[in-house]
Amino acid sequence: MSGGMNLTLRIWRQDGPSDRGHLKTYEVSDISPDMSFLEMLDVLNEQLNAKGEEPIAFDSDCREGICGMCGLMISGDAHGPEKTTTCQLHMRSFKNGETITIEPWRADAFPVIKDLVVNRSAFDRIIQAGGFISVNTGSAPEANAAPVPKPKADRAFQAAECIGCGACVAACPNAAGMLFMGAKITHLGELPQGQPERWMRVVKMVAQHDAEGFGGCTNTGACTVACPKGIPQDVISTLNKDLRYAMTHHGG
Amino acid sequence: MTELIHGMYAEGAPVVDTKAPAGPIDKKWTKRKFEASLVNPANRRKLSVIIVGTGLAGGAAAATLGEAGYHVKSFCYQDSPRRAHSIAAQGGINAAKNYKEDGDSTYRLFYDTVKGGDYRARETNVYRLAEVSANIIDQCVAQGVPFAREYGGLLDNRSFGGVQVSRTFYARGQTGQQLLIGAYQALERQVSAGTVEQFVRHEMLELIIEDGRARGIVARDLVTGEIETHLADAVVLASGGYGNVFFLSTNAMGSNVTASWRAHRKGAYFGNPCYTQIHPTCIPVSGDHQSKLTLMSESLRNDGRIWVPKRREDCDKDPRQIPEADRDYYLERIYPAFGNLVPRDIASRQAKNVCDEGRGVGPMVGDFRRGVYLDFSEAIERLGKAAVEAKYGNLFDMYARITGENPYEVPMRIYPAVHYTMGGLWVDYDLQSSIPGLFVTGEANFSDHGANRLGASALMQGLADGYFVLPNTIRDYLAKGPFPKIDAHAPSVMAARASVEERTARLLAVNGQRSVDSFHKELGHIMWEYCGMERTETGLLKAIDLIRGLRAEFWRNVKVLGSADTLNQSLEKAGRVADFLELGELMCIDALHRAESCGGHFRAESQTEDGEALRHDDQFLYVAAWEFGAGTPDPNQPGDSMGAPVLHKEDLVYEAIELKQRSYK
Repeated sequence: MSGGMNLTLRIWRQDGPSDRGHLKTYEVSDISPDMSFLEMLDVLNEQLNAKGEEPIAFDSDCREGICGMCGLMISGDAHGPEKTTTCQLHMRSFKNGETITIEPWRADAFPVIKDLVVNRSAFDRIIQAGGFISVNTGSAPEANAAPVPKPKADRAFQAAECIGCGACVAACPNAAGMLFMGAKITHLGELPQGQPERWMRVVKMVAQHDAEGFGGCTNTGACTVACPKGIPQDVISTLNKDLRYAMTHHGG
Repeated sequence: MTELIHGMYAEGAPVVDTKAPAGPIDKKWTKRKFEASLVNPANRRKLSVIIVGTGLAGGAAAATLGEAGYHVKSFCYQDSPRRAHSIAAQGGINAAKNYKEDGDSTYRLFYDTVKGGDYRARETNVYRLAEVSANIIDQCVAQGVPFAREYGGLLDNRSFGGVQVSRTFYARGQTGQQLLIGAYQALERQVSAGTVEQFVRHEMLELIIEDGRARGIVARDLVTGEIETHLADAVVLASGGYGNVFFLSTNAMGSNVTASWRAHRKGAYFGNPCYTQIHPTCIPVSGDHQSKLTLMSESLRNDGRIWVPKRREDCDKDPRQIPEADRDYYLERIYPAFGNLVPRDIASRQAKNVCDEGRGVGPMVGDFRRGVYLDFSEAIERLGKAAVEAKYGNLFDMYARITGENPYEVPMRIYPAVHYTMGGLWVDYDLQSSIPGLFVTGEANFSDHGANRLGASALMQGLADGYFVLPNTIRDYLAKGPFPKIDAHAPSVMAARASVEERTARLLAVNGQRSVDSFHKELGHIMWEYCGMERTETGLLKAIDLIRGLRAEFWRNVKVLGSADTLNQSLEKAGRVADFLELGELMCIDALHRAESCGGHFRAESQTEDGEALRHDDQFLYVAAWEFGAGTPDPNQPGDSMGAPVLHKEDLVYEAIELKQRSYK
């Protein structure tokens, strides 16, 4: 364990949705490498509070890398230099004396609310459009009635690991939500339970995605690099394949 | 009403559950469902229900009531219902499917849960929980929840602490996430269908009671700061547990008691507040900066072996250099029948004991090392690294990320941490609180886990309540509605709004010297020290004194910057900590009054010769349901006033199960 670090932080401050916002520079010292990135911001916020400056607003909740609430652009990388969520990023990934730039997710579909907090409700609306299997409580058949081949179950699981944090959108040069959407299409599309609504689902979700102002996919792969859960890019291929089939066979 | 006992509380009339029908235990739920009034589908859309919280209990209930055709308003403080803290549950969900043909049954799940809870849960509720457990799995699979499967395509199971059958369904170490996404998707489907209105980034700050019935809430829009009134025919709290009263816990940063506490202040009884679960397998505290603790799933105890060195002088050695003969696999030694799979309360207390003896490992915290090894070297040798990785890979990665150590090479270090609260608002068999029209589900109620919860039972309870229990019981209440329309300017509404506005203004006006977090940390230290894994009369009395002092200082000296009409996270935290400062006192009073040990509540004065929890069924075979004691405002004690609480006892009646001293040896 090495000693405390001194860091220069350039942090986006924005009073509200209509404020222009700006980067402001702060210094923090004696930061333990065992701290998480968000705990480092907690320390800064305690200092600001003591000085009478309003603390920096940022989202986080579980701080275990699973709820998807946190998410910051850290020196240009969504969730920072490691393949994990911001809350699971630790200060041992940084060097003493480093300057770190901290910004919110940047996308038209994710407007800034305040400082580093953005509105991601567009993701909820994409799910509302069709990201579900229609089964009312009580009407389910016996759980083992429909066996699922293990490779399909495993692929469904891998896609279902998406935490809806929005890093894929933030990392994408087009601010597309295709990895997020592809993950849901793949999760439900691999399972027998998801078949009845498969074609309708993809058409409706894509329409909502476009209406929300997300950009189009040009297969740069930046999304999958940023994804803290390692959702593979081929979920986008699955989405495109399903969409093509739905449009040609079911009239869209 | 009696004189004050210990100078702390009074005793009131007993309380009884009047909703569980008479008859054999396996017929009660069917009977209750039949007897509960029905609401005709055409009338359902005229009835409205507010549901606070979107975890498994709240999300599932909102979706199900929406499907049934009621008008639902769903609230969460997070930016999306999918983020509720149920998502962080790792290990699994129990269900009496008996797919392994290993002797499981509804009755055995019921029996294990009551025994695991150290005979302090209500028998009727637990039986129902076991009864509906199998339906949950069916429902989740139909929604597309990707549970682990075998090569034949059928569902896999594993075993969990406190039981000897394999009845736990799981989705790697992300079971809670997958179940919650299932409930969330069902909920979003109803939002799209127009039956559910969704309010995200909203926090309930007051309950509205009109004519003796819960009729609405006052909520703050956390983005605009606007104080809003929402009215309905019934209110459901599914707002989770209160483990964050300890500051450091495995709960999410935002998990709080405010919704429950505001209802408690308005007359809802609080059941068994001192029953707290300290989970044995968490990553140890590393320093003062820490904002939360991280759980490592109990499922790890299936293959990992827990040990400490036999000798103190070995404690700072590299564990790989300590030969087998010098290791003490203390759980396997003390509990040969259950070994590393003893219930959580027992595993935690034994970890504390070996560390108190000076045999803990890892860095010194104060005078002791606070950690024990969880070692997979034997499992890796037996199963191969790949198999261990397939089962626990994500947990190992998480451990490596947080500690910077590689658990495939070096044994993990773990230590107990606050994880779950069995206590919660008191409810009857219908999950209705002592306020008519106020229902409480999931971790927020007290009902199913007694004094200790078994692993993989929280997800089961959340979904049982949300999908199958509440939708069937609340209709009996709603059938009496719709209740008279309430004017937005009715005195009850205006008073609730005024109290929220006044409190918010007061928090901002103190403008003292100390941050909200500094108060929260200090409260957490008091609770952990005196109301944690071991409790004593002197300690609890001291804690109550300290908490009262801290609460008074909070209202004199807290510093909350910013304003009320914008996103203000310090203000949100301040309101939650203010309520924790009141709850902490009630927890200590409850722990003080219960002069026995049971489950996670260990009173040092009451133990067997081998140091196990010693119950006193002759004196304490009851649920402690606490009524808020309205105090008289004291000008020298700014902040909300609190009087002496009133204890109502609900006797626990065991007809289907014989009371025994718990043994896992």
